[in-house]
Amino acid sequence: MSGKPVLHHFNGRGRVECIRWLLAAAGVEFEEKFIECPEDLEKLRKDGKLMFEQVPMVEIDGMTLVQTRAILNYIATKYDLDGKDVKERALIDMYAEGIADLSEMMGQLVVTPPDQKEAKIALIKDRTKNRYLPAFEKVLKSHGQDYLVGNRLTRVDIHLLELLLYVEEIDSSLLAPFPLLKALKSRLSNLPNVKKFLQPGSQRKPPIDEKVLEKAKKIFKLS
Amino acid sequence: MAGKPVLHYFDGRGRMEPVRWLLAAAGVEFEEKFLKTRDDLARLRNDGSLMFQQVPMVEIDGMKLVQTRAILNYIASKYNLYGKDMKERALIDMYSEGIADLDEIVLHQPYIPQEEKEANLAKIKDKARNRYFPAYEKVLKGHGQDYLVGNRLSRADVYLVELLYHVEELDPSVLANFPLLKALRTRVSNLPTVKKFLQPGSQRKPYEDEKCVESAMKIFS
Repeated sequence: MSGKPVLHHFNGRGRVECIRWLLAAAGVEFEEKFIECPEDLEKLRKDGKLMFEQVPMVEIDGMTLVQTRAILNYIATKYDLDGKDVKERALIDMYAEGIADLSEMMGQLVVTPPDQKEAKIALIKDRTKNRYLPAFEKVLKSHGQDYLVGNRLTRVDIHLLELLLYVEEIDSSLLAPFPLLKALKSRLSNLPNVKKFLQPGSQRKPPIDEKVLEKAKKIFKLS
Repeated sequence: MAGKPVLHYFDGRGRMEPVRWLLAAAGVEFEEKFLKTRDDLARLRNDGSLMFQQVPMVEIDGMKLVQTRAILNYIASKYNLYGKDMKERALIDMYSEGIADLDEIVLHQPYIPQEEKEANLAKIKDKARNRYFPAYEKVLKGHGQDYLVGNRLSRADVYLVELLYHVEELDPSVLANFPLLKALRTRVSNLPTVKKFLQPGSQRKPYEDEKCVESAMKIFS
């Protein structure tokens, strides 16, 4: 037994990419077992490994954990990327949940019918530049520190970096009015573990393409 | 300053009800400021009180917390309802997130257009009976203890019990094949703080009726 965490998901970003990011930022090596066909998912279910019949699932420290937030919370605590007390954790949670809301909107794009896509993208851009990015720029401005919470790297900086990269994929001009976010993005991208993860050949996944999407739809029986 | 948490939301269950349940179960008195009009929401937004312009928002210990999970995590930690270590917390989180997934479908039922209500109800029944309730029944059967995690009350028990009541309102026979869930619900309901909260006149909110839905739509549309 290698002792490394094992991630079970399909070979794409999905709901597990944030977990890859956090493990990578923490410098933790991990393995991946990709679900390639409906039978792979069926087997995990039959084996009783998925509490709610769903992935992501991560085998870590003798546990078979499902639910993205449960997995992220455990990893953050274990590798000291959570707040140092209950109040710091409250801020981290609040910020992380805002990031999750916007990420969720972006994630839904792949399954949005073509006739609704344009409207959805417009809404995402609007929320990005008028609700979410200003909120985080304001946090950085208010304390003038290098990280979002507690003057040190925590999980929420990593979640935000991941989000900013997705924002850029949608429209790189969206970041323009936010100098402190841009600076945070640079600073974080230069941390050794993050820099490594950003390089080609790492376990970071590209945006979903048609082929992967078709496969995922088959596995998860989406229309 | 009262020192009591202040909950900002409309006068209905929505996304705030799990917060009310958790505070009540912890024996914590709280105040509520109800949004009644769009102006009430606008005022909170203009005050800078809402980090993402949304409610729920809870004023607690000098913070203005938004995002339901952030609020629940803080309350659970503060009042010792979040497990004794990292591994217990992982189980509590996993169980709570499953309940939250089911709750997401349940809490929308009053707000769904009439012609789609039946389909949503069918989805709730199917998920509760075939995916979620069996999973929790299995946990209780597995260790034979009185509570889901660590042999003591945690936020997961409180949230699950809340949902058992809410699903039963929509599907009266749903608990028929889940004796351990029924027993858990009875046990938790008999805890003094929860018993009090279950009585008429508490801050527990009823299933949203048409008037309540209309009022919420006005505020948030």
